[in-house]
Amino acid sequence: MDYAIRREVADRLERLEIPFNRDGIDPYGIDRSHVDLFFCMLGWFQKRYFRFSAHGIEHIPARGRAMLVGNHSGGFATDAGMIISSCFFLKEPPRLAQGMAEKFINKLPFASQWTNKAGQFTGLPEHAERLLEDGRLLVVFPEGAKGTAKLFHERHSLVRFGTGFMRLALRTKSPVIPFGFAGAGDALPTVMNLYKLGKLFGLPYIPVTPYIVPVPLPATLRVHYGEPMHFEGTGNEDDLVIHGMVEQVRERIAQLMDDALKSEGTSAR
Amino acid sequence: MKVLITGAAGKIGRIVSASLASKGHDVLGIDRRPWNDMPEGCRIIQTDIRKRAAEDVFRTERPDAVIHMATVAQLKMRNEERSRINLGGTRAIFDYCHRYGVGQAIFVGRHTYYGAAADSPLYHTEDEPPMALDTFPELADLVAADLYAGSALWRFPEIHTCVLRICYTLGPQAQGTLAAYLAGSRVPMVLGFDPLFQFMHEADVARAIELTIEKRLRGVYNVSGPPPLPLSIVIQEAGRSPVPVPEPVLRAVIGRFGMPNLAPGARNHIKYPIVIDSNAFRKATGFEHAYDEYETLRQFRTASPAT
Repeated sequence: MDYAIRREVADRLERLEIPFNRDGIDPYGIDRSHVDLFFCMLGWFQKRYFRFSAHGIEHIPARGRAMLVGNHSGGFATDAGMIISSCFFLKEPPRLAQGMAEKFINKLPFASQWTNKAGQFTGLPEHAERLLEDGRLLVVFPEGAKGTAKLFHERHSLVRFGTGFMRLALRTKSPVIPFGFAGAGDALPTVMNLYKLGKLFGLPYIPVTPYIVPVPLPATLRVHYGEPMHFEGTGNEDDLVIHGMVEQVRERIAQLMDDALKSEGTSAR
Repeated sequence: MKVLITGAAGKIGRIVSASLASKGHDVLGIDRRPWNDMPEGCRIIQTDIRKRAAEDVFRTERPDAVIHMATVAQLKMRNEERSRINLGGTRAIFDYCHRYGVGQAIFVGRHTYYGAAADSPLYHTEDEPPMALDTFPELADLVAADLYAGSALWRFPEIHTCVLRICYTLGPQAQGTLAAYLAGSRVPMVLGFDPLFQFMHEADVARAIELTIEKRLRGVYNVSGPPPLPLSIVIQEAGRSPVPVPEPVLRAVIGRFGMPNLAPGARNHIKYPIVIDSNAFRKATGFEHAYDEYETLRQFRTASPAT
């Protein structure tokens, strides 16, 4: 593995504000050595493999609770990986963004262990609420698995948004930082999804590309973060009220996706 | 205060009895098992809690408080017998408490109440229902006993009832579910899984139970000590070697090659974490643990080196 990346990860890990104990374990079981490995891998993809750029990273607060909310596409979570990676490599001090993983991951050996130790927990409302209350940074894709299942020609679209994230933001009084991600659909151009075969392996589906295997191409990926959006409420509002708020976030994300598609972006290298 | 302790001859029972007696309480134990070197200030009546003799103790002694820890988790025991002790016994104890005017009743339960599954959250709070009962039927009667004890809060409002869900205990006594699992020199793990394990020192458990009495606590509370550790580290710090085994092979090796026996349902308990949030208990009682996770493991290791 690339020495420069390893050194940068080690340096940033020192400044990561996570309460590790003497064995490098935090109260949620996040393991410093796994986080190290995780970011060496993500760093290689971000800096050496993809042409990745991020815009508006300053909108993410340096400390305290916040939810990064954006569009999802590209077969599996390439976009999630790059979002998490950008918070670690481009923020000062670095932050550990924690995704809310699909439930099937925790059932698979190794995948369960590695995701949990890197702070990527199963997407349960209890987890999300506790992490936010604890001042952590959460990554949320309100489109869910239906987002990553988008086919190549649908890659710039948005499917239905869940409303759970908004109730959570209201209940925990967390700012929503919207982002638009462009290129994940080009990195993994999906022509079809095999749902039945996926089920055999305990996966929701297996994406098929024109070159058959679901391996990402070294595509150009861009993310645009928007200003934090603050919503007032208790989280117990009527669905109509919540839908209105979700629609505001959705529209903002659509604009940011547009910006990301059009811009050249600033280089993240 | 006169305190009656069921299951007093058990690991935690002995520590709690001795500790309460040393503070000047009048301690009375009921247990089927004998306890020979009892400390001063304690008495023990060797009987079954469901027998007549146990009710006589309530009638003649009129205790002020009852600590009920005569429940069993031993999976080797036949199902009907275990369920009779756990449920029948709990029912009898609360009936006696009501009938003989006991002011305070504490049910000492387990954090395994919450169950372990792929989709169970970290840091369970007291309002959560039990999960994954279908995969571990051996635990069902303990869960039922826990919920049944909680029903005393509305059935017998005059009794200060408290249900404690306590995480695994460990320490120099080296008894209990986790200690039994860690007994051998090689401890099996499920390959590809390394869940968090939450445990506390046995002396801290005793202190928590004492505080529950002192504060006349009412309600359902999780009790835990230091933050949890991954199973692999628990095993290593205990001076044992972890042996990761692919899940399909696990059934063939448990109980052999010096490895502990595990009920089929217990497999999820070494794949997924059961971690509880005890903030409510700490706030209500001011409890703080005296032993951290490493000191607790060190004491266990010294008292019970790998065989």
